[in-house]
Order: sequence, then C-alpha cells, then structure tokens
Amino acid sequence: MTQTEGRTALVELSGVSKNYGNVRALEGVSLEVHAGEITCVLGDNGAGKSTLIKIIAGLHQHDGGTLSLDGEETRLASPREALDRGIATVYQDLAVVPLMPVWRNFFLGSEPRKGVAPFKRMDVEHMRRTTHAELLRMGIDLRDVDQPIGTLSGGERQCVAIARAVYFGAKVLVLDEPTAALGVKQSGVVLKYVAAARDQGLGVVLITHNPHHAYLVGDRFVLLKRGTMVGNHEREDITLDELTRQMAGGNELDDLRHELQRPS
Amino acid sequence: MNATQVTEADERLLHTSALRKLMGRPELGSVVGAIAVFVFFAFFADSFLRASSLSTVLYAASTIGIMAVPVALLMIGGEFDLSAGVMVTSSALVSSMFSYQMTANVWVGVGVSLLVTLAIGAFNGFMLTRTKLPSFIITLGTFLMLTGLNLGFTKLIDGTVSTKSIADMEGFPSAHDVFAATITVGGVGFKVTILWWLALVAVASWILLRTRAGNWIFAVGGNKDAARAVGVPVTRTKIGLYMGVGLGAWISGQHLLFSYDVVQSGEGVGNELIYIIAAVIGGCLITGGYGSAVGSAVGAFIFGMTSKGIVFAEWNPDWFKFFLGAMLLLATLLNAWVRKRAEATK
Repeated sequence: MTQTEGRTALVELSGVSKNYGNVRALEGVSLEVHAGEITCVLGDNGAGKSTLIKIIAGLHQHDGGTLSLDGEETRLASPREALDRGIATVYQDLAVVPLMPVWRNFFLGSEPRKGVAPFKRMDVEHMRRTTHAELLRMGIDLRDVDQPIGTLSGGERQCVAIARAVYFGAKVLVLDEPTAALGVKQSGVVLKYVAAARDQGLGVVLITHNPHHAYLVGDRFVLLKRGTMVGNHEREDITLDELTRQMAGGNELDDLRHELQRPS
Repeated sequence: MNATQVTEADERLLHTSALRKLMGRPELGSVVGAIAVFVFFAFFADSFLRASSLSTVLYAASTIGIMAVPVALLMIGGEFDLSAGVMVTSSALVSSMFSYQMTANVWVGVGVSLLVTLAIGAFNGFMLTRTKLPSFIITLGTFLMLTGLNLGFTKLIDGTVSTKSIADMEGFPSAHDVFAATITVGGVGFKVTILWWLALVAVASWILLRTRAGNWIFAVGGNKDAARAVGVPVTRTKIGLYMGVGLGAWISGQHLLFSYDVVQSGEGVGNELIYIIAAVIGGCLITGGYGSAVGSAVGAFIFGMTSKGIVFAEWNPDWFKFFLGAMLLLATLLNAWVRKRAEATK
C-alpha cells in the first residue's frame, strides 16, 4: 500500500487463512489497521468475518499467512494475550454479562485492587466512580451504575463495552457488528462513539454488513466473500455506490435486477 | 454506604428508594419465607420458641449450611455438584481409615482428608472444563463412583459398612473440640458447626461482593463467553469453585466423624439435593450468574426450622419432604416474581 509507506500498522494481516477441520473458513485475507483510522470489514453472513475477528482477538490461531503487531510477526495464544498487547474486542452478543451491575461489567477481567494478600479486595468505590465518569465522558449519563447492565438498551451496552476498551488503554478496538441489532438512532449513537474512539488515536476494526454504516466512518474497506478477500480499498478509491454494489453481490446483483425487472 | 456516594453524582438516584434496593437483593424471597416458616411453627409448635429449640434448629441448619455455601457459589458460577453429599462421607472415611491404618494421630488423617476432598473437587472441575460436558453428567459420575468407593473401601478394610472407633487415638479430643464441640451460652449448648457455618457465610460473602474472584464467579455463571472474551480465567474459576465444595465437604465430613467416632459408609446420598435446594431457596438462579451466600444460609435455616419444627409440633416427620418441596416451589416463584418486579421498575 503506497499511501502508508513509512508507517507501521498496529495490526497487519497478510494472506491469512484458517481451516476448521476440512472446512476452509478463511483464505488469503490481508488487512491493516492504523492508529486513528477505521478499517471496515464487510461481508455477508458466512463470509468469514467472525473467523477473522477471532484471529485478531486471540480466540483462534491462524493456519497460514502472517499476523503482525507493530511490525512484529506474532501469534496470539489467548484473548488475554491479545488484551495485554492492546487489542480489545467488543462482540455483538457477548460484550457483557447481563445480570451483573454496570460497574462490575465495566471492570470485568481487569479489576483494580487494594490491600495486601490475602486480603486483596476490589476498590469498589473507585470502580463505581470511574464507571460513572467514563460513561459520562462518552455521553452516557447513567442513573445508577448498580443496575444490571441487561436493563440498558442494546446501543448503550455496546457503548459501555467501547468505553471500557478505551479506558483500559486499548490501541486497537475490534467491533463485531456493533450496529447489527440496533435501530437507526441507536446505530448513529454507536457510530459516534466509534468515531470518538478513532479521534482518541485508536485503530478500529469495524465488522459490519451494512455498507452505509461502514462508509460513514471507514478509512479503508476489506470485502470478504465465502472466506476469501474480494476487495481491499482505500476510502478515496471507492464510492458508497460501488461499495454497496460490491457488498450486495456486485455483478450478481445486476443479473438479479435484470431477472426481476418488470416487463415494460 | 454507596447510596450517599452515588447520590452526589446524580440527584435522580434519590428516587431509587431503599425498598427498591432491597427488592433487588437475591435473598429477599428467602427472608420472607424464613419469617413465614418461623411464625408458622412459633404458632403451631409450643416448644419452638425455647432457646434449646433454637440451638437444635441452628445445628440442623449449620450441617446443611456449611455445604450450601460453597454449593451456592458453584451455582452462581453456573454449575452443579451432585457428588457433594457423598463427598462429605468420603472425607470422614478418609480421615478415619487413614488415621487408624497408618498412624497414631488423627490429625494426620484430617490433613490427608483435606487433600483428598480438594483433589476430588479439582477432578470435577478439571473434567468439566476439559470435556465441556454438562456438570450434571460429570458430577453424577463422580457421585456414583464415590458412593461405590465409600462402601467398597470400608468393607475391604474394616469388613463391615462402618469404620472402627478412633475415640482412643491421639489427637481425638482436640479434633473433637475443633469440629464437634458444644459451646454453652446461657445454659444452652450450641454446636461449634454453627460458628463454622457463619464464618463460611462471611468469607463467601466477602469473596462474592468485594474480591476479583467474586466478580469472576458472577461472570462465568452469567455469561461464560463474554467473561472469557474480556480475559477472565474461566477454567481456573470453575476449578476453584469445585475445590471450594471440596473444602466444605472436608469440614462437614470431619464434623460427621468427630461428633461420634465411627462413620457409616452409606451416608450422604441425597444430601447433595438438599444443599442445592437451600441455595435455590436462598435466591440462586438455577442457570447461574445470580445469588448470594447469605441467601444459602437463609435457605439452610428454613431447612433447619422445617425439619425440627415438625418434630417440635409432634407431627409425623414423614411430612418433612412435602414441606421442603412446597417451600422450594414457593421460594422459586417468589424469587422470580421479585426479580421481575425489581428489574421492570428500574
């Protein structure tokens, strides 16, 4: 990529493939994520988006190709390792534990503690205060951080998860279909936080099957289809119409339109 | 405590009344139930309100409660342990037989027994996390194996279904003091198991509400995959919870042994369900992610009041199981209703 010469990508995938037994889930996919930029991964159901996300998040290891963080080739053994290397992943349906209070969810897995062993305990006051303050900073004014997070709306839950990742100093934010289950207004709210995270200098991977959402915020677009990469575009190289067309099936869509045309 | 703190942050919280807070507690349903049972027996059983009766009820509650605490934690963590009942017997058998066969001092057997119960717990947890089978199957297997081992080993070594008396062995008096002493307060004798029980409730509550491990327990029970995704060590947490059940079984087993001096190897079958019932009455969700240690204690107290209250009322104790079953249904319905209300009005 000529445009990014001299800059090292936070995350760079090159020709990555992944097999589940004899099923080829992903083949020859490349993408790069830079600080302060949003890389969108687009694809229909079953295109391999989830597999890709799991490789970046450390849930699965890739079988072929290379994964580099800050220019250093590596292999992520676990989600914990990915987190430690600054990659935070927010999943569409498993971002939070619904029955737990907001503040417990916010700090889950990275609880601040005080006191000496064996009496080390969570710094609950600090956790409550920080949760409230951090969410307020993202524009979510919570009445009560003690309420189960399941009582928040889908958009708010996504935002809590994003705010959490930002607070814990993530360098790369991976978002799995953050707007998939949301209404128009809620989607807008979430995209605003995605943009806010980008403006704070994070590299963002936005997985979506909505080209309109992607084009609103994206800097580069990777298109997946049946496990292979069918497109990798910079923003200036592609229009929303072209992106939508490719996403919707490209030439297949033209054929479909032709077939469905009313006889005039 | 937190009310004042958050109130400063947001004035709207003033509308969240103390009642609403109370409604959100998992143990509320069980407390209401406990009061109802208490009033019921106070009315129908003349001797129920005596201090000596209270001691008897608390003792019965404590023998169940000691196990109900770790079982409740395990349920909050999203799993069952059907081997918990017979593990108590295994624990007593190991101390008794190891001491008798190998050494002269019972404390050695007590120590070995702790290692064995922790190992059984770790085995349960390891099998569960490795095979990803439901805990119902894994611990049903352990339950059957332990039941067989308890009887088999005892017959093999002692020739009968009970162990030999260890009452004249070194260390028996001190071990008896620790696990089965009676403490007299105001002329009424209280069993030391009540202290063990209360201590376990306190420690478990602290772990659940104030430590990182507690956060992990709620998380692995509430949404295991989300917990794993944010870096919670799910496997370690689950194995730890099963080892907690092992610890409880060790305390209960030592009490079983040292309150007499022999152990019947067939005991304990069926108790695992009573522990689960106590935890569920106390507000633990059967699907995990919600509940409390205090609730399990209230559940055990309801069990103690019902089992002894029927005796004090001079009714046929055969009715006890019916009461327990009815209580379980009522408590579960009440808990579900309370939780729905609490969440809807937020």
